[in-house]
Amino acid sequence: MLSERTAFLIFSVIALIGAVNVITRRHPVHAALWLVGTFLGVAGLFLTLGAGLLGAIQVMVYAGAIMVLFLFVILLLNLDAPPDEGLSFARGASLLAAVATLALIALPLARAPELRAAATPESPVADASAGQVANVLFTRYALPFEVVSLLLLIAMVGAIHLARRPRRDETV
Amino acid sequence: MAPQSWYLIVSALLFGLGIVGFVTRRNSLVMFMSVELMLNAANLVFVAAARDHVPARGSACALFVIAVAASEVAVGLALVLALFRLKKSVDSDAVRELRA
Repeated sequence: MLSERTAFLIFSVIALIGAVNVITRRHPVHAALWLVGTFLGVAGLFLTLGAGLLGAIQVMVYAGAIMVLFLFVILLLNLDAPPDEGLSFARGASLLAAVATLALIALPLARAPELRAAATPESPVADASAGQVANVLFTRYALPFEVVSLLLLIAMVGAIHLARRPRRDETV
Repeated sequence: MAPQSWYLIVSALLFGLGIVGFVTRRNSLVMFMSVELMLNAANLVFVAAARDHVPARGSACALFVIAVAASEVAVGLALVLALFRLKKSVDSDAVRELRA
């Protein structure tokens, strides 16, 4: 039986290798396929956290729907071979931003004893099963749930309007 | 059980890689993928932080983030399509109409 720590290490390595390749591959199709690897790695991390429902949704929505959308658009655009992207100033600035983000997160972690104590709970905690998530989603978070459904509708209408080819007699 | 801080570190790394990708790449499709990386990192923090408290709430919040990410991708890719129709390019540097 795979221990949780081993599973964590495997899935996080998959996710991080995928993420590095997403931002380094020059062709967008390659980047999109590596992004699937990252999504699957994060889904595995959700499973090790006991959030099985979220892992399944991650695979279905991200690795399924969103990636298909990306690949459709890449195919639709039929891009040529990408040019070399030399952009040294932005690269330096972004590395600085990334290191600063890491420091912002790592420094409190290093000096927070209560966080480290909370990291090893004595009693096994409840898992986020589909029933429990639904309980929270339809009672405590009922209003955000409705707002999100409205947001999806608006996004759908907006996407259709933006991607529609304008008729000849109207301006964009 | 893997300590919570390990998950936070992985999430921070994912978020940092997302920032690097978003700032360095000029292909707007890859920029959107980098945003997805950052949103995934946020989801990971939600679920990891909720594990020792009320796990179902973390999952519910992550679900909302996934829904927002889905709508963002739909609108964003429609914008990329419109941009490509206008410029025949998805290079974010190709759009400089507002530049003085």
